[in-house]
Amino acid sequence: MPYGPHTDADRERMLATIGVATVDELFADIPVAVREGGLALGPGEPEQLLMPALERLSARNDVGRVSFLGAGAYRHHIPAAVDEIIRRGEFMTAYTPYQPEVSQGTLQTIYEYQSLIAELTTMDVVSASHYDGASAAAEAALMMLRATRRERILVSEGVHPNVREVIATYFADRFALETVAVGEDGATDLTALQRALTDGDPVAGVMLANPNFFGILEPMADAASRAHEAGALFTAVVEPTSLMLLAPPGEVGADIATAEGQPLGMPLQFGGPYLGILAATQTLARQIPGRLVGSARDAEGRPCYVMTMRAREQDIRREKAASNICTNQALCALAATVYVSTVGPEGLRNVAAQGAERARELEAALATTGVLRTHTGPYLNEFAVDVPDAARVHADLLRRGFVAGLQLGPAIDDERFRDSLLLCTTEMTTSDDVTTFAAAVAATLAEVAA
Amino acid sequence: MTREGELEPTIFDLSERGRGGENVAPAGSDVLTAIPAGYRRRRPAALPELSEPQVVRHFTRLSQLNYSIDTGFYPLGSCTMKYNPKLNEHAARLPGFARLHPFAPEQAAQGTLQMLHELEQILCEISGFHAATLQPAAGAHGELTAMLMIRAYHRDRGDEGRTEVIVPDSAHGTNPATASMVGFTTITIPSAEDGSVDLAALRGALGPRTAAVMLTNPSTYGLFERAIVELLAATHAAGALAYMDGANLNAIMGRFKPGQAGFDAMHFNLHKTFSTPHGGGGPGAGPVAVGERLAPYLPTPRVLAEAAGYRFERPGERPTAIGRMSGFHGNAGILLRAYAYIRTHGGPGLQEVTDDAVLAANYLKARLGHAFDIPFDRPCMHEFVASAASIKRESGIRALDIAKALLDHGFHPPTIYFPLSVEEGMLIEPTETESIETIDAFADALLAIAAESHEDPDVVKRAPVTTPVRRIDETEAARKPQLRWQPELTNSKG
Amino acid sequence: MNIPEELRYSDDHEWVRVEGGEAVVGISAFAVEQLGDIVFVELPDPGAIFGAGDAFGVIESAKAASDLLLPVGGAVIASNPALNDSPELVNDDPYGEGWLVRITLADAAQVDTLVDTLKDAAAYRAMIAEE
Repeated sequence: MPYGPHTDADRERMLATIGVATVDELFADIPVAVREGGLALGPGEPEQLLMPALERLSARNDVGRVSFLGAGAYRHHIPAAVDEIIRRGEFMTAYTPYQPEVSQGTLQTIYEYQSLIAELTTMDVVSASHYDGASAAAEAALMMLRATRRERILVSEGVHPNVREVIATYFADRFALETVAVGEDGATDLTALQRALTDGDPVAGVMLANPNFFGILEPMADAASRAHEAGALFTAVVEPTSLMLLAPPGEVGADIATAEGQPLGMPLQFGGPYLGILAATQTLARQIPGRLVGSARDAEGRPCYVMTMRAREQDIRREKAASNICTNQALCALAATVYVSTVGPEGLRNVAAQGAERARELEAALATTGVLRTHTGPYLNEFAVDVPDAARVHADLLRRGFVAGLQLGPAIDDERFRDSLLLCTTEMTTSDDVTTFAAAVAATLAEVAA
Repeated sequence: MTREGELEPTIFDLSERGRGGENVAPAGSDVLTAIPAGYRRRRPAALPELSEPQVVRHFTRLSQLNYSIDTGFYPLGSCTMKYNPKLNEHAARLPGFARLHPFAPEQAAQGTLQMLHELEQILCEISGFHAATLQPAAGAHGELTAMLMIRAYHRDRGDEGRTEVIVPDSAHGTNPATASMVGFTTITIPSAEDGSVDLAALRGALGPRTAAVMLTNPSTYGLFERAIVELLAATHAAGALAYMDGANLNAIMGRFKPGQAGFDAMHFNLHKTFSTPHGGGGPGAGPVAVGERLAPYLPTPRVLAEAAGYRFERPGERPTAIGRMSGFHGNAGILLRAYAYIRTHGGPGLQEVTDDAVLAANYLKARLGHAFDIPFDRPCMHEFVASAASIKRESGIRALDIAKALLDHGFHPPTIYFPLSVEEGMLIEPTETESIETIDAFADALLAIAAESHEDPDVVKRAPVTTPVRRIDETEAARKPQLRWQPELTNSKG
Repeated sequence: MNIPEELRYSDDHEWVRVEGGEAVVGISAFAVEQLGDIVFVELPDPGAIFGAGDAFGVIESAKAASDLLLPVGGAVIASNPALNDSPELVNDDPYGEGWLVRITLADAAQVDTLVDTLKDAAAYRAMIAEE
């Protein structure tokens, strides 16, 4: 066994102490009828052979192209310090800090994470982390149901379709989940929202994303006040780096904020592990599911940290817990904490601003090839464009070394967007990338037209 | 700027205006002009400003306040704190894996898709099931996935009256909490005297309203359910499905396959059995394997292997699916670490893991039996329950005190007060990667504490005294929760 | 242990004091001892209506949580506002400042029901002696 310490003599000594002759005897409780005799898996592979095998497998993924993919997962620069810190065994191989006397490192970093996210989102209380942005949004929807004792949630079509699907899966038809359409400008149709709030059963909560899935900036404050007028709560789904520029959830009057925290120092890694950010106002503090860390004092009065408000959680509350969440994404929250600390407010603002700048360069460069935006509303660093035959254009550009964003039609199974590509830029996109991409688009379009 | 006596100032207290931020290039023009005035942030975010060396020193110092696998023995029952191989970390950081976008074109993602597909097959072989989903991010998330599938199964059959889930009193809290999240009512049944699920109690609770029975096997007492065949038969005879909490899979690899035995679904904790690091609370991964009856309901999209290569299911391709449990494809980076671990071991290696884990637990139990109560005295699996009930009666020392005293001996304590049904219980899981010398040293420490409890209980009650902080006033912290740094806290004194 | 004579007690360790058509409800010193240091009490808004035996709130210590069950049916007139900031009042003064809710009894007949279904101090003392 690769990481096993026992010699044959060790095993003999243990068996003798136990008072059995063989290890098999220890499994005597397994009824004969269901006893198994091994696993039909190959032999173990020593590290010397496995490492190159994994390197070959990794090379079967092609990550070399210039990519304009975003759509909920974003390529950002991650300072080298971030991975150095989270790889430290003291952080990486520690368990949940149930013994606070020997877990102050983890506890203080979670406290710092909660504080940083509270500042960034301008919310009062932040959970220690959730699985990803989608599960955080689902928990937010459940919070709104619990807090209002109503059974109907309105979610904008501008919320990521995968996030909407996760919410629907969590709901499993037990609660009403309705989609509010986005208009021609790509933003949520406030008239439709108002109608949905006024008609039908009372609404527990409204959820909008900003920037939304199509990259468009939403009228968050307006939507929030309409929700509140109807006695409903409001959840803002946000992108964390954008909060240096855009009005954060607290400023627009949101009761709950959720986000996919991946842009804060987590590699793309095919979709996970990421970071579910969940924050709320003080009023809803006790409705927040998952762990919370608070400051405390020890027996000698020394300042320290501890998991607190524990009686809300599943291990104590069992069937009456607010959520079943136990394991979370603590190490990802640590990555976000180190990331934000390392780039600082100036760096984080520059991350957001560079992405927005490149996006404007991209819009202008594509316009010269005749490719125009799908929507008319304001955007930050992501927008959709219309091309003739998106599938063919996307495939052709792939051959030319570019990932031309996300093909919206097949990705969200929506015929209206059959010929739309969702393009994203970040600080990792260079002006040269934009220029060469626009040239490739022109060449592709010429070929498609021919 | 700091609070008197604190071990390390907060990152906010270390901040000085104008420091740091040079690792990101400046932006050229003012992009704010592109954002409509009403959509802009009004109050700037007061995030900390530090130089990189300060950041690194701060977090390195904090790390040194932690106990961890890499620094010591961590016998937390039910948590399987085994060694986390470094090779797996290396694998996850290979650029092809780390830089792959979740929406990457399938032709550009064949390496990861192959890994996911193979891992699903491997988990099915280990558990004896038919198919699996890798989307759930943690064990509780897997439980939720499975309960949603079980609910969909009954509804599809028009069997809408099944609204109850039966859970033994020794179950993890996540089991009843999960049942509630899906709208099921939890029926708790007591354990039998010998720690087994009470078959008669189960039969009494089963009925036309039972949707599922959630069992942990081996149980949270570390005992294999000897009547597992009868428990499963009774469950199925009532028209209910059987769910296995796979937290304790480390005890049975190669020796018992839940799917083969008749379970309908189970979740894996890859961060337990398959060595992915706990990270101070996560991330984990909680795949769910199912039998043929539940396979149609697996979350979408699954990875399919076809002649032309691997691909995901298209939207709507399998309408019976419950939907989606993850924003993308689950914790792919964690799945990869587990995949590397499994390939390192192979089939024989995994069975050896199980055998050595069970051997170590029984050895440690044998070494402690003279000083502690062992409520269920039969061969345990990978963990066992010891109780300080007699010690408490004789000396007033509780399991909590023993746990704190262990810290002074340099060991992380076992899980205490779980399962809830054991008085002054300690759930101890040594795992297969600890040497006999370490296990002996831990046993010696526990025996010394037991002796000290009788001789000088006040010393034990005062513990820990060698840790960075002493026992913490959790009551005051919970009464007046301070959940974020605020400037005014900086100057307050205790 | 202080078990006042003038109160009635439920098997779930709530006490009731009848004052005309109203009743004040709290938890007994025994319940407080079992729970340990109280850190949070969740109580209903005025106007909420509960039947006898209904859960009307939750009481939490640092490591446990219990439902609060109303021994008699009625409408909530007031929840103890002081417990929001000072849950420790339940520990310090369970029969006085640590009261939980004041309810209107649905009708006068309930006073008799109270006497019938709830324990007097002696019977309650006998019950907790066995626990």
